[in-house]
Amino acid sequence: MSDAPLLDIRNLEVDYRVFGGTLHVLDGIDIRVKPGEKIGLVGETGCGKTTAMKSSLGVLPSPPGLISGGEILYRGKNVLNYGQKKMNSIRGREMTMIFQDPMAALNPVFTVGRQFEPVLRHAAGRRLSGSEVREMSIAALKNVALADPERLLDSYPTQLSGGMRQRVCIGMALSTNPKLLIADEPGTALDVTIQAQVLSLLNGLVDDLNTAIILITHSLGVVREMTDRVYVMYAGVIVETAPVRDLFSNPRHPYTRGLMESVPKLSGGGLSSAIMGRIPDYMHPPGGCRFHPRCPNATEECRHLKPALTTVGTDHEVACHLYGGEKNRAESSGKSAPNGASKESPAGGERTQGRNLHA
Amino acid sequence: MPEIILTAKGLKKHFVIGHEDLRRKKPITVKAVDGVDFDLVKGETFGLVGESGSGKSTIAYMVAGMYAPSGGELIYKGKSLFDGKKERPLDFKKDIQIVFQDPGSSLNPRRTIAQNLAVPLQIHRPECDITRETIRLLELVDLPQSYLFRYPNSLSGGEKQIVAVARALATDPSLIILDEPTSALDVSVQGKIINLLMRLQKELDLTYLFITHDLSLMRNIATRVAIMYLGKMSEIAPGGEFFSHPRHPYTRMLLSAIPVVSEEEEKLKPEKAVSRGEIPSPVNLPVGCGFNTRCLQAADVCFRDDPKMKIIRPDHLARCHLLEERS
Amino acid sequence: MKRRDLDSYKDLNDPVQLAGLKRDSRRENRARNWYKFTRNPLSMVGLITVLTIVVLAVFAPFIAPYPEHVKPFTDFKNASRPPSAEHWFGTDEIGRDILSRVIFGFRFSLMMGLVVLVIVVPIGVLLGLLAGYYQNSWVDSLIMRTTDVFLAVPPLILALAIASILQPNLFNAMLAVCLTWWPWYTRLVYGVTSGLRNEFFVTSAEVTGARLPHILFREILPNCVSPIFTKMSLDMGWVIILGASLSFVGLGVQPPRPGLGTMVSGGTRYLPDQWWISVFPALAIVVLVLGFNLLGDGLRDLFAAEDS
Repeated sequence: MSDAPLLDIRNLEVDYRVFGGTLHVLDGIDIRVKPGEKIGLVGETGCGKTTAMKSSLGVLPSPPGLISGGEILYRGKNVLNYGQKKMNSIRGREMTMIFQDPMAALNPVFTVGRQFEPVLRHAAGRRLSGSEVREMSIAALKNVALADPERLLDSYPTQLSGGMRQRVCIGMALSTNPKLLIADEPGTALDVTIQAQVLSLLNGLVDDLNTAIILITHSLGVVREMTDRVYVMYAGVIVETAPVRDLFSNPRHPYTRGLMESVPKLSGGGLSSAIMGRIPDYMHPPGGCRFHPRCPNATEECRHLKPALTTVGTDHEVACHLYGGEKNRAESSGKSAPNGASKESPAGGERTQGRNLHA
Repeated sequence: MPEIILTAKGLKKHFVIGHEDLRRKKPITVKAVDGVDFDLVKGETFGLVGESGSGKSTIAYMVAGMYAPSGGELIYKGKSLFDGKKERPLDFKKDIQIVFQDPGSSLNPRRTIAQNLAVPLQIHRPECDITRETIRLLELVDLPQSYLFRYPNSLSGGEKQIVAVARALATDPSLIILDEPTSALDVSVQGKIINLLMRLQKELDLTYLFITHDLSLMRNIATRVAIMYLGKMSEIAPGGEFFSHPRHPYTRMLLSAIPVVSEEEEKLKPEKAVSRGEIPSPVNLPVGCGFNTRCLQAADVCFRDDPKMKIIRPDHLARCHLLEERS
Repeated sequence: MKRRDLDSYKDLNDPVQLAGLKRDSRRENRARNWYKFTRNPLSMVGLITVLTIVVLAVFAPFIAPYPEHVKPFTDFKNASRPPSAEHWFGTDEIGRDILSRVIFGFRFSLMMGLVVLVIVVPIGVLLGLLAGYYQNSWVDSLIMRTTDVFLAVPPLILALAIASILQPNLFNAMLAVCLTWWPWYTRLVYGVTSGLRNEFFVTSAEVTGARLPHILFREILPNCVSPIFTKMSLDMGWVIILGASLSFVGLGVQPPRPGLGTMVSGGTRYLPDQWWISVFPALAIVVLVLGFNLLGDGLRDLFAAEDS
């Protein structure tokens, strides 16, 4: 697969200017999304995953937010140079977003039908007649397997259940046939059986439309069931990225491993509190690897040198000194060896620039 | 013979949420809890699992004394928790404590950690050296003593929840109700808090009534698990058996909907019991079994009669027409 | 003594260390709040203005250049002089130094504001707490409907009515203002309390067996303090304006005592030629009210930042 990436975030840095200093929220992240690809972006609260996506959509609140470095290429063009108008022509048409709380995304004082109107008009870029809007919105609601769409259009969001609201939001987001859908914790606010229904619906729809999706979530389970490729984020850094099977069968970064061990298993065996301590202070982030204060395998090197993403397997990259290219000290902590770690990374320890991700 | 410390018999809670007519003659009631029986054995972790609107929190709040039941009984150590009096005796309040879901609002943001911890001490143990006792409590839950005079805002969500646990321990209770104590927290923090709770349970001989929507969490810590659906219990079983032999169709649906992280776990899920439909409104309960609107196996009888709780195996109860009672 | 790192206190069973930790924790909180407050230059301006005026008012007899001009005094030789080196704000129609009278005028204004708030705030807050805690009960209806009645009457009209029935003097003016002002605090605290009463920390105290006074004053009240203080600071200005308005129409501070409102109204007869007689007292009111408003805004920002 050598098709050009749809969205290519390169070395993105974002700061928040606040009282008393600057929070270095994103410390140079790289994310690449190919057309139709399903990406999972996993990390705990406050790791910067939402900030990264808001920057991509050009809706980062500023102030306090400030993009201080890097570029975001959408179809090869840097959207950071786009003006509001140009950005608007992409956002809501080619890139759309759905949120965790569908109630907050829908306006409670307008009927569902009324809320479809501006979305469809913006996407079409022209005035639409009332009957056109109605037809298109009914089609969109049918798409998300909602029964009786006619009546739904005339009801208010408060009259719907949480699952139905999220379906409406998905229908709205996909009604414009976007190239990229950013889904921020779409199932988190829902009950587990409803979440399963909504996610499987979403999964089927993006497959049919060949829409690329970035699924932001803190749930590893959801990522495993829905995505092709996973990026694991910790404190504003991508610490590991791999195809989903590979990541779950062979996680490399100590943080990824800790995270996986912390998830309560259906197979039982108690809970692990593998990751000690708390997330760092963004005003004074730890030097070197940002994870080192909580890392069980931290060495002197980790305290001073920021590890770069290094290829350790097919399409599998990890930012950790344990897998430092020519030093190749990978076999230091438990899990299976990173076979062929250095094969594809001749200069493993070097900085992230110029790396070849989807070789 | 295990000691039973809490018994619920036919427990009910109906809320009047409005009236159909202007003269207030026809009340609209929500049957949040509608006839629930269970026992709590001393020293166990009893997991009460359900989706939103299942009535699990209402049960917790009745045990904690926030609401009085509309029917049925709650018997704690041989005495009724609600004997018609308006105020629950102080002894019970000392013995039964609750930890709430939202760490943000469970501590008073304008009072220091020490002041927050002192509230139950002043009420139940006014004779003790309160400062010394708050220090001991912080030690008990492994928090730095330097937090004593800080305000909750400067603590992380997990730490706040740990302080809330410490506050619940202040009265030296025997039963603690945990109302989704970790659902607002990240998994790495969850692990820490759950392990702390498990350690405290052993050290202090505590009984937990653990309210949650997270079945996989229960798999790891619960002695027994009960599933709530629409104000009724659909299945009760010991932890291990519950997951190895789920019997009720709703339990199977819940289990199959859990997103898991390994192949090994995938195999533990019941044969694809696809999730469908949504929990019906508790105002208009379906006739017959409450689950008939979503059940894949629903038979005619399910739309006619509400099933009774059946003993499937010793300790394993389920409420479904399709299951055979063991004699 | 410098603040120690809080984590350096290890053994709190040692009373000295315990006291040290308590002191330093408090200092750290105070330092953080002060830092936040000083970030907004306008609130600093407000604070400095208010402090300056308070100092002027308290030490008026020592600061005012002609303190005797406040008592019955005439000096027709120097009457109606424009601002000059001896009389910075000029003199009035009977030769009194306006600067001195303005400085003393601050005393009456501040006293008016202070006394009114000291009476009004506790009453309003207590009623608000009760009504908010017993939401949707008869207590709530009784208290809140009464406040509605008082809020329906325009404050100035009510104050005018009361002050004109009773003797026109400072005390009755304050009484009148008090009667019109408490409902605002009841409303404010009612809103906050009814939001807080379902917070888990309140429920938790109830379930543990805390008594009503504890819940109202220890759990809920501390959370109302910030909006109350903010409103008090903003209200100081309004109460002062109301007091000055009463003085202006002759129902407040009585001549020859120097009320700022009285002075403005006295000087209107000589406008526009001898503008300084009423303009300087009027400016004094503006500065005073503005100072309190800026301070109030600063406090509001401070408390808002604390919550985030």
